[in-house]
Amino acid sequence: MTTLTHPGDTATAESLLPSAAPLQLIDQDGHSGGYHGELTIPGPAVLRSLHRHMVLGRRFDTQATALTKQGRLAVYPSSRGQDACQVGAVLALRDQDWLFPTYRDSVAVLTRGVPAEETLTLLRGDWHCGYDPYEYRVAPQCTPLATNTVHAVGLAHAARLKKQDAVALVLLGDGATSEGDTHEALNFAAVWKAPVVFLVQNNGYAISVPLAKQTAAPTLAAKGIGYGVPAMLIDGNDAAAVYAAVGASVERAAAGDGPTLIEALTYRIEAHTNADDATRYRASEEVSTWLGRDPIARLEAHLRARHLLDDAAAGRLAADAERLADDLRQRMNQDVNPDPAELFEHVYTHPTAALERERAALRAELRELAELTTEPAS
Amino acid sequence: MTVASAPAVVPPRVRPPTPVSMAAALNRALADSLAADERVVVFGEDVGTLGGVFRVTDGLAARFGEDRVFDTPLAESAIVGSAIGMAMNGLVPVVEMQFDAFAYPAFEQITSHLAKIHNRTRGKVVLPVVIRIPFGGGIGGVEHHSDSSEAYYTHTPGLRVVAPGTPADAYRLLRQAIECPDPVIFLEPKRRYWSKETAVLTPDGPPIDRAVVRRPGTDVTLIAYGGMVATALEAAEAAVEEDWDVEVIDLRSLSPFDDVTLTESVRRTGRAVIVHEAPGFAGYGAEVAARLTEQCFHYLQAPILRVTGLDIPYPPPHLERFHLPNTDRILDAIARLQWEEDDA
Repeated sequence: MTTLTHPGDTATAESLLPSAAPLQLIDQDGHSGGYHGELTIPGPAVLRSLHRHMVLGRRFDTQATALTKQGRLAVYPSSRGQDACQVGAVLALRDQDWLFPTYRDSVAVLTRGVPAEETLTLLRGDWHCGYDPYEYRVAPQCTPLATNTVHAVGLAHAARLKKQDAVALVLLGDGATSEGDTHEALNFAAVWKAPVVFLVQNNGYAISVPLAKQTAAPTLAAKGIGYGVPAMLIDGNDAAAVYAAVGASVERAAAGDGPTLIEALTYRIEAHTNADDATRYRASEEVSTWLGRDPIARLEAHLRARHLLDDAAAGRLAADAERLADDLRQRMNQDVNPDPAELFEHVYTHPTAALERERAALRAELRELAELTTEPAS
Repeated sequence: MTVASAPAVVPPRVRPPTPVSMAAALNRALADSLAADERVVVFGEDVGTLGGVFRVTDGLAARFGEDRVFDTPLAESAIVGSAIGMAMNGLVPVVEMQFDAFAYPAFEQITSHLAKIHNRTRGKVVLPVVIRIPFGGGIGGVEHHSDSSEAYYTHTPGLRVVAPGTPADAYRLLRQAIECPDPVIFLEPKRRYWSKETAVLTPDGPPIDRAVVRRPGTDVTLIAYGGMVATALEAAEAAVEEDWDVEVIDLRSLSPFDDVTLTESVRRTGRAVIVHEAPGFAGYGAEVAARLTEQCFHYLQAPILRVTGLDIPYPPPHLERFHLPNTDRILDAIARLQWEEDDA
């Protein structure tokens, strides 16, 4: 009879488990401390940068929500409350690394350097993705849940095969951990030792469904052990902890030690999107509680206590944020006239003969329509 | 590499025509693509050490190493999804779905991402991924091993869908598919894996999106692809006895559709029959019939007919012969093409 052996005996099961309590570097009141395991607090420059990008990102986010009310965006899924995850994770990446965001990660995309207007192309509705993924190393924002996890694994595995020093960071939510692709991605990443970091922003809800109806696992991070993937549970409203955890995971992946699963505990302050009514499934007291755990206020208190931020600097930053919002508003208030002929351009690398015929027919239809509307009234 | 160590330029080895099975031709196409382009990687379930359940990848892992030809865990969605990520990072993945019906877990990755990312990114991201899928019946397979799933893929803009009918064309089409910058669903008619043809294997010849006339004729155009090409050719030979001169067209490319070759033939013959194993209802043949009717109506002497599988789930092995198109059914369809005035 064949003896079955299991691989992976070098890593004891316990070493893969997350801590019982979420790792934290700065507590709710802005003090250093809490249970931080191996994480070390970033230096002043990084802390200031985290704060700056969170303030800018928050202003972008509230402006985008306002633009939906004016009909300038088709829809906007806000990440307000998840600011520390959005910013901390992205700033921990190196230039050569890749980000695989979802539709809720517009602030992460913005933080990676994609211009605000290009970030919002999808949600404005003039195309599905407004930026060149290769320019920023940001994959298109993914709408079907968890499907981006396997793309990240593939890109990372290719990097390994090509001996590139690049890591892929994939963002997903608590709901996405129930999807089959998350399971497949964690398994592939572990078997291939692919340089991938999985960051689960556990914001408590998948649209309306709370975590208790999503999983019976003790934590989402606890799922890592099933794949042989080491996991961390962190305070997702602590930007320093997110930065440190993702940074350590990127370093580990780049060193050839494989993937890491991070669960960041946070909260979605707004409804799923502007089209959703969150009062149907959660109490306002719960939202109030989390408003009191604001990630920006926490880091700001910390910076001020350490004299790393004063009123003058905060004022300059607020002015920068207003400028970003003004600029975005102006750009978004301009009407867009996407060219319908472009519908046929990118279906294949070269339009097929059949698509060329359809394009010609559409052009003829538009010409006819234009002639009708410009005919002088008799 | 220094100039001194550069390999001498040698002309490509010319292989004399030898009898070759479709499985062997596909194997050689993969080997030649791996040798020609270092970006090509081949992976899937059992494709490494075993060489694939149909042995199409036999010997490739040993020859090219496990970084280029490798086994994956058993998860089709991740096979296609990771191929997308690899292609984003400059590789040319050629993946295998073990059987037609086992590709369904990858359906979301194929239809929502592989087919659309080029369009989604306004052409910035190109995904030269080939998905090889052994398809169709006729091998006595138990449930889930004999589906004809082509219509699912041809209904998805952004995918190319091809199906070879002969060993030489299997080689050519696979080489062309791997070189093609668009994603290609490559449907291999598993009932023809072991049929042999004496041929020179070359990527040259008709391009990836062209149909070919396998047998010229004047009375009726018989349209087939994949496993039904050989059946159609048999029917055409049998039709000689009935005095019908049948032209057989091997579509090769199901999407895009080669309107030029097809309309030229149907306008000339005035009659057409399309054959496929898949169920007829909303099947691929419906599109062919509609398209050719639109383009050839005034040349047609009779309605375009379809000879297809029954509108049933794929039957168990002892019953599949009642489901699959055969020469008799094709000849019956040809007989119904209103040859006499009073037939109309």
